[in-house]
Amino acid sequence: MQDTPAKHIDDKKAVVGTTGHEWDGIQELNNPLPRWWLWTFYACIVWAIGYWVVYPAIPLVSSFTQGTFGWHSRSAVVADLDGLKTLRAPMNAKIEAASLADIEKTPELLSFARAQGSAAFAVNCSPCHGAGAQGFKGYPNLNDDDWLWGGSLDSIHTTLQHGIRWDADKDTRSSMMPAFGKDGILKPAEISAAADYVRSLSGLPTDKDADLVSGQKIFTNNCAACHGDKGEGNQEMGAPKLNDKIWLYGSDKSVIMERITLGGGGIMPAWGARLDAPTVKSLTVYVHTLGGGQ
Amino acid sequence: MSLSPTFDPHLGEPEPPLYAARKQIYPQAVKGFYRRIKWIILFITLGIYYFLPFVRWDRGPNAPSQAVLIDLPHRRAYFFFIEIWPQEVYYLTGLLIIAALGLFLMNAMAGRVWCGYLCPQTVWTDLFMAVERMVEGDRRERMQRDAQPTNLETFSLKLLKHSIWLLLAWWMGGVWVLYFADAPTLVRDLATFQAEPIAYISIAVLTFTTYTFAGLMREQVCLYMCPWPRIQAALTDEHALNVTYRYDRGEPRMSLKKATHAREVGEPAGDCIDCQQCVAVCPTGVDIRHGPELGCIQCGLCIDACDEVMLKINRPLRLIAYDTDVNIKRREEGLAPVFKPIRSRTILYAALIVLISGIMAYALATRAPFTVSVIHDRNPIFVKLSDGHIRNAYTVRIANMLMDPATFTLEVEGLHEPRVEIIGGEGEINGKPSVMVGADQTRELRVLVTASDEDIEEGEPPHLEFTLHDQTDGRTAIGRDFFRTPKTIH
Repeated sequence: MQDTPAKHIDDKKAVVGTTGHEWDGIQELNNPLPRWWLWTFYACIVWAIGYWVVYPAIPLVSSFTQGTFGWHSRSAVVADLDGLKTLRAPMNAKIEAASLADIEKTPELLSFARAQGSAAFAVNCSPCHGAGAQGFKGYPNLNDDDWLWGGSLDSIHTTLQHGIRWDADKDTRSSMMPAFGKDGILKPAEISAAADYVRSLSGLPTDKDADLVSGQKIFTNNCAACHGDKGEGNQEMGAPKLNDKIWLYGSDKSVIMERITLGGGGIMPAWGARLDAPTVKSLTVYVHTLGGGQ
Repeated sequence: MSLSPTFDPHLGEPEPPLYAARKQIYPQAVKGFYRRIKWIILFITLGIYYFLPFVRWDRGPNAPSQAVLIDLPHRRAYFFFIEIWPQEVYYLTGLLIIAALGLFLMNAMAGRVWCGYLCPQTVWTDLFMAVERMVEGDRRERMQRDAQPTNLETFSLKLLKHSIWLLLAWWMGGVWVLYFADAPTLVRDLATFQAEPIAYISIAVLTFTTYTFAGLMREQVCLYMCPWPRIQAALTDEHALNVTYRYDRGEPRMSLKKATHAREVGEPAGDCIDCQQCVAVCPTGVDIRHGPELGCIQCGLCIDACDEVMLKINRPLRLIAYDTDVNIKRREEGLAPVFKPIRSRTILYAALIVLISGIMAYALATRAPFTVSVIHDRNPIFVKLSDGHIRNAYTVRIANMLMDPATFTLEVEGLHEPRVEIIGGEGEINGKPSVMVGADQTRELRVLVTASDEDIEEGEPPHLEFTLHDQTDGRTAIGRDFFRTPKTIH
C-alpha cells in the first residue's frame, strides 16, 4: 500500500482533527498538549501558595499576614543600608584618617568623597541650596567663588560642622546685621542713599538724584565696620562682599533697601550633630570641588 | 473534559484528548557515516568547552591572562586578543546576528544541521544516551527490563546510570563557571571550598538543568520548548537538503519475501521492507517515512540504520538520504535530480554574514584605544563669578582601554581664552591641565571652563571641543559639548 507523507497527515487529521484555522491552505493539527505541561501548571499553583505562606500576602482589617519567613520590605531596606555601611567602612576609615587637603590630592579618596558627598548633599542640603547647589534668594550658590564665611576647606568644614546662627551649637558661626530701618537707626532717606552707594560700589547704575556723598558717609558710619570701607566684605563676620557681581538677595535697589531695613542673616543647621564625621568631610570636599573652593 | 491520554476514533468519542502522556523512547544504537560525524563533533565541541578556560593568553601585568574570560566584577570580557567593555555590547549583538544568519544559511543548505549535530541539547543528550546504553544495555534490553517489575538489579543499574548522569551534569556546570573567573584558581578554590557561593549555586543550577534536559526531558525540549523548529519550518524551501525518506523509491513497502516475489512477477515493489529500523534508532521517536516533521532533528541516524539494512538485502543505499522535495518530484517524473546550493536566499544570507562580519572587523580594527565623553552640568547650567566671568562645569569621563597607564593633557577649543581646570587632575604639562588614567580603567573628572561673557554672541551657545592628547604618542580623542551663558539659548 502506498504510504506517503500526505497520507500520513490525512491519517492524523482523522484522529485528532484540526484547530479549524487555515492559512493559505496550511492547517494546524489539534494535537494534544504534553501531560507534563499540566503538571508544571499545577506545580506553579503550589509554588504560588507557598509564596502566600512564607511571605506577607493577605491584607487583614488592620494588618496583614506576616508570612513564616518574617520578611519585611522595611527591614530589608535597613539591612541593605547596613550592608552598604559595612561595604564603605574601609574607605570611610581612610577618609576619617586623611586631612581634607590629602583627600583632594588622592584620586581614590577624592572620587569616593565626591560620590558620598553628592548623595549626602541631595538628602540634606538640596532643600535650601538646590539640587545642583545653585542656591536661591537668600541661600548662597555654592558653585561660585563668593563665600560669606570662607571657601577654604577648613572654613567650609567649620560651617558644616557648627552651622550658622544655630543656637544649639555653641561654636556656631554667629553675627547679626542690625535692622537699621525697623529699629529706627536710619531714616528711609538715609537708607535710600546708602542703597544707591552700595550699588555704585560694583559699578551698577544709581538713581539720577542719588546723593552718593551722603550715602558714602552713612555707609562709612554704619556699614563699613563689617562690610569694609570699599564693601570688600569680611568673612570673619560673614559680612558679604558688596563690590562684586554676586548678590545673595538680588541687586535691585528696593531689595538692598529691604535688607538694610530688616537686617538679620541666614541660618544653617550644625550638621556635625546629625551626620557622622566622614560624611561631613565628604560634604566639605564635595562643596569645595564644585568649582568655587579656595 | 477528557484527560485520557489515548484516543481511539473507532470508539466514536467526539472530543480528542487535551493532554497526552509522554511516549517513552528507547533509541537503538547505530553505526555508520552520520553516527561517526556526530561522535567527532561531540568530541570537538565538548573538548573546546572543557579545555578553553585553561588556555592562557598574555596581556601584560594589568589584565588577566585567561584567553576566554567574562570578568563580571570588573565588567570586562576577553576573547584572545579582543577585550570588550560593557558599553561595547554591540559586538555581542553583531555576533548574535551573525549566529542567527548562520543558522538560516545552514537551514537553507542542509536543514536542521544545528539541531542534529551542534545544538548542546543534542550533544549532551547523545552523551547521556551513550551512558544509558553502557549501563542498561541497548533498546531491546531496556524495554524488557522496564516492562518487568523493578528488582534489585534494575534498581542498582538505574542508580548507577543516574549517578553517572549527575556526575556528567555536575562537570558540565563546573566548567561553565570557569569562564567567569581565573580557571586554575577557581578550580583550586572550588576543591577547597573557598570559592564564592555564587560559583557553587551556578554549578548546582546547571547540574540540575543539564541532568533534567539531557537525561530526563530529551526530545521534549525539542518538541515543546525550543522555538527553532517552528521558525525553521517557515524558513525551509523545496531546494533545501533535508533528511528525507525517498518514498518514490520505497513504496509500496512490503516484506522482503513479498517484494522478492513481486519483482519476479514484474509487479511494483518498494525498497522499504518496513523493518522499523529507522524508527528504532530515532532519538526523538519520529517515523521519517511520514515526511518532514517538527520532531525530526535531522541527525541522519536513520540514514545509517537504513543503509545497514539495504546492504543486507542487497538493495541500493540511501533509501533515506539528504534530499530535496524538488528531486522526489523530478524522479517521479523520470527527470534527473538537481541540486541548487546557490540560490537567491543562500546568496543573501552569505552576503549578509560577510557584510556584518566586515563591519564588525572594521569597527574592531579601528576602534579608539581611549575615549572621552563629556556631560554638561544640568544644574546650574552656568555660574556667574564675582568678577562677572561665566563658568560652565562638565563631568568628563576618560576611558583608557590601553593595557598601560596613560597621561593625557586636556585642551578645550571653541572659546576666546578660556580657563580650564581639572578638579583632582595631575598638574600642568606645557601649560595644559593633565590627568593620569590607570591601565584598562576609566576616570571621571570634574572640569571647569571659565570665560568672559563679553566675547560671546547672543543666540546659539558656542560649540566646545574637548581634545585629549596622549602624552606618549600624541594620539587624540575628542568629546563635544556647549558653553552656555545668560546670553545663549538654553
